[in-house]
Amino acid sequence: MTTPVALIDCNNYYVSCERAFDAGLVGVPVIVLSNNDGCAIARSAEAKALGIRMGDPVHFLRDKIAAHGIRVLSSNYALYGDMQRRVVAAIQPFARDFEIYSIDETFVDFAGFEHLDLVAHARAMSAQVRQWTSIPTCVGIGATKTLAKLGNAAAKKNPLFDGVADLREERVRDWVLDRFPARDVWGVGRATAAKLARAGITTAGQLRDMAMKRARGLGTVVLERLIAELRGIPAMAVETIEPQRKGMAVTRSFGTPVNDIETLMGAVAQYAMRAGEKLRQHGLAAGRVTVFFHTDPHKPERPQYSASRTLSAQPMTSDGLVLLALARRGVESAWREGYAITKAGIMLDDLITQDLRPRTLFEEDSDKRVRLMTAMDEVNARFGKFTAVPAVQGFRRGWTARSEARSPNYTTRIAEVPAVRA
Amino acid sequence: MRALVPVHLTPLELPLLLVSTPAGFPSPAQDDMEEPIDLGDWLVEHPAASYVMRVEGYSMSGAGINDGDLIVVNRAKKPRAGHIVVALVHGDRTLKRLARREDRLLLVAEAEGYGEIVVDEHVEVWGVVVGLARRYA
Repeated sequence: MTTPVALIDCNNYYVSCERAFDAGLVGVPVIVLSNNDGCAIARSAEAKALGIRMGDPVHFLRDKIAAHGIRVLSSNYALYGDMQRRVVAAIQPFARDFEIYSIDETFVDFAGFEHLDLVAHARAMSAQVRQWTSIPTCVGIGATKTLAKLGNAAAKKNPLFDGVADLREERVRDWVLDRFPARDVWGVGRATAAKLARAGITTAGQLRDMAMKRARGLGTVVLERLIAELRGIPAMAVETIEPQRKGMAVTRSFGTPVNDIETLMGAVAQYAMRAGEKLRQHGLAAGRVTVFFHTDPHKPERPQYSASRTLSAQPMTSDGLVLLALARRGVESAWREGYAITKAGIMLDDLITQDLRPRTLFEEDSDKRVRLMTAMDEVNARFGKFTAVPAVQGFRRGWTARSEARSPNYTTRIAEVPAVRA
Repeated sequence: MRALVPVHLTPLELPLLLVSTPAGFPSPAQDDMEEPIDLGDWLVEHPAASYVMRVEGYSMSGAGINDGDLIVVNRAKKPRAGHIVVALVHGDRTLKRLARREDRLLLVAEAEGYGEIVVDEHVEVWGVVVGLARRYA
């Protein structure tokens, strides 16, 4: 007997965050640009309808932007990070456990809630997120993470589901799987998709029914696990999944709560190195690092604390030591004494293929400085002394990213809070 | 020349005391440490659902809310008649008191010379004002 898993995913997350504070963006096409205002990384439904694709470079879109009055915003990760913290807090009462998968996706463990109507439960969770943050979400429910993810995609695409697709029901599951392209199944890479297509497997349903032996000959262990997941047998740790274009996360719960910053730094350092490894494996570089940690939300009698900090990597990087340095700064700034931390993780956003990564004017210079700083981190890491102060200060201060149309930091800076007319 | 004698070694585990031994007189306040007062913490009861906004204008001066004040708006609190609320009126954010009159919900100002707004489909009550912050001098 498996316990139901859900994936709650924010719709057009970055755009929805912007719309929460600027009603002028509601109902019009909006795109949000990547680091340095390079390409479109988030699109409102209206912008998608105009044919703007994920990753389109903004200089190719000039005509469309002018013709349709598309609103173009720089990314505001301070805002997106703070809103994510709120989204996760709104989800917490509805789940036994949760796993932050990316800035806009959270897996939710519904174990212990099975006696409820889970569709209604998921709707209530979605409504709570909407109420607290204004951000619309979709929920997929299934026996495994892969099915939850697939259900989520179905809920997003098909208005019939009204935001919540429950794939535990066989009829619904079969209907969705038979219509879902195999190449879009979570974890199917481009090479595997091509092989599957040559073998005549084009839908998720066909993939599920594929003989394991055949899968082994065709793909990797990952493909076998994926097929098991499609059959409703949990086989996949999130870790085995390749990072998506949008983001990836490495998180863990602690066996024993962590009360000191050194131990937390040690854990975060491991996640950072692991994340760097995974990025290099997939030929990607990240533009943002978010580090987060929190106390056990299911022990309300204990002091509660939940923190996250988002830092930018400039230039974009896949170097674990650079990620570590950023994550460490985040932990240092967010750390408060007196709390028992039970979960921590880092998230990477703004991912881009390594060779497409924007080059910066001062790259060599800043690379050197990063190296200088990280060399020391390495020494520190080896000796376990993560509290040492970086020898090189302010490598981020050397220059600032282009972000010509960034919205205010509505929720994190007093000087930039929204105005209300009285 | 001395002959080599075989030796049998048994490891002996000694506990390492990780307690520091300060040399000076211990602070008598050590066990009575408290965190300093955190006004933000007191004002914002529900941080995940609360937002800070800056007030522009004078229509709520009768309620003691002035131009330039910071307010805390809680979206987890269910708005009721009598609450001061932030509402979106045709998309514009406005600060008013929510009032009920003859089964109709209204947004009313608390100063001379402002009209009332009927809560209809163009109005969304966004959140309930739960706190106010102001600095002098």
